Amino acid sequence: MQGGGPRGKPFLLGELLAWIRAHGPWRWASAELSARGYSGRTLVTAVPYLWLLLFFLVPFLIVLKISVSEIRLAMPPYEPLFTWISDNVVGLRINFENYAFLLKDSLYWKSFLNSISTAAISTVICLLIGYPMAYGIARSPAGWRNLLLLLVMLPFWTSFLLRVYAWIGILKNNGVINNVLMALGIVDEPIVMLQTNFAMYIGIVYSYLPFMVLPLYTAVEKLDNSLLEAAADLGCRPVKAFFRITVPLTKAGIIAGCMLVFIPAVGEFVIPALLGGPDALMIGRVLWEEFFNNRDWPVASAVAIVMLFVLVIPIMIYQRSQGQQLGAHR
Amino acid sequence: MKRSRFVTVMMVAGFLFLYLPIVLMIVFSFNESRLVTVWGGFSTKWYGELMRNEQVLGAAWLSFKIAAMNATGATILGTITGLALARFGRFRGRPLLTGLATAPLVMPEVITGLSLLLLFVAMEQLIGWPEGRGVTTITIAHMTFSMAYVTVVVQSRLATLDESLEEAAMDLGARPAKVFFLITMPIILPAICAGWLLAFTLSWDDLVITSFVTGPGSSTLPVVIFSKMRLGVSPDINALATILVLVVATFTALFGIWMQRQQKRRDLDMQRAIATNE
Repeated sequence: MQGGGPRGKPFLLGELLAWIRAHGPWRWASAELSARGYSGRTLVTAVPYLWLLLFFLVPFLIVLKISVSEIRLAMPPYEPLFTWISDNVVGLRINFENYAFLLKDSLYWKSFLNSISTAAISTVICLLIGYPMAYGIARSPAGWRNLLLLLVMLPFWTSFLLRVYAWIGILKNNGVINNVLMALGIVDEPIVMLQTNFAMYIGIVYSYLPFMVLPLYTAVEKLDNSLLEAAADLGCRPVKAFFRITVPLTKAGIIAGCMLVFIPAVGEFVIPALLGGPDALMIGRVLWEEFFNNRDWPVASAVAIVMLFVLVIPIMIYQRSQGQQLGAHR
Repeated sequence: MKRSRFVTVMMVAGFLFLYLPIVLMIVFSFNESRLVTVWGGFSTKWYGELMRNEQVLGAAWLSFKIAAMNATGATILGTITGLALARFGRFRGRPLLTGLATAPLVMPEVITGLSLLLLFVAMEQLIGWPEGRGVTTITIAHMTFSMAYVTVVVQSRLATLDESLEEAAMDLGARPAKVFFLITMPIILPAICAGWLLAFTLSWDDLVITSFVTGPGSSTLPVVIFSKMRLGVSPDINALATILVLVVATFTALFGIWMQRQQKRRDLDMQRAIATNE
């Protein structure tokens, strides 16, 4: 395949690379670097690596730092942690007030508990709706499968914000559901649904359902049917076979799906803000208000650190299951 | 194995749940009445109103620019990361890179947004860059979380691929960069394109992270929509939503068809190559 032939793009890039290699400082630099023991792979990997270190890891350290700073009325609104007392002495002021504040004020731990329970209940509902969907898609005729899968993914590609918005029109007092119920004479007064916990659960389940279905589908699709047939031959009832065979074998998909729903749902801001009531205490919303309305960056940082602390175990479980799924292909 | 009736009913119900709200939203965008959900006759006037709304059009253009820049940057970074994780074997720092590359997928947006803003503020204090907040900071923030998605897409595609073609090229003396551009990249091109589109839509859609890292004068489309929504439902948002949904649906469908064709052609090529060798 000399030069790549009729395929335009690889050919051009190949030529370009050859040119750069023959001329210019690239050659010198590569010789210099390989002499010092750096391979091309190392250099290429270093780019995203440094990017993630700088823009993903370092920010958390800064959040940690600001969460132990004191608030002040200036921009940026926090006191520096280190101060030069004299030429050689650095003063360090660590302030745990913010964390003590989170413990003292019941608003914070109540919203933490509320977020976790809301996310957990939504995850279970997603699993109950998503599992039969994933199972049904995997058991559909081969020609249909890709179309159905595309239909699951399509809402994920359209705006999250607008999909939450769609529910406002359905749930509000003069919305679709109430109009239908009143036209049928089932209720006289509109049922208040918008800005309740009910609306919030609907919003979370609706928005995160595709995240549940996709990993479940991947797991169910790989399932060996002969196992279920053997169980049926040996007289195992379908329900029992489902719990003894299907569920354990699709465990990786269940875990991945549940974590993909649970973790972001704990910190959800948009759904509680648009669909939940004023008393819907979700920690993502509390952080948002602490930051944007109260301009208290240190307390917002402390909330973020505690949230991260709560989510570290679920995130690690997710990463393990993700690694297993990717590893299983090979 | 056949599907049971229960599974079929649940599946259909699930799809209705996913699509009914979107269908209703589209229907009501053609509603004459300002009340949105009370039918007042067919009309396209909200579309006309939308086209004259300077604020929405400006925000849409800004969002488009940021999304395109973000998608290109995130695709480059994500493809390298995916390649490193799938092909470079065990190297020093691999576990950390795996963690860093997958954590943004599930990290609650409020945390990512807050931490990036604090980084930008601290950087500005220390080195004077980035100056203020706006398009640059939004693009960097978007690239950071959307490259994780590209990484997963590229890595899982590479994991299903046989390494023998790449190994053969190496054996024949091709240098690693040449192997990538001539062999690996053409094969995983559909995955790279999927990653680009995914990164584009993630950025186009993002409200929470953008709200943290944006500055005065750079309101993206979701920021504008969100502030309109807080004032209540309005028919022109329905019209906007309809346009967006239809555009995305068309693109996704076309891309899905293209990707399947591409896949079939590659499989066929592979089979032929194996057949001629035997």
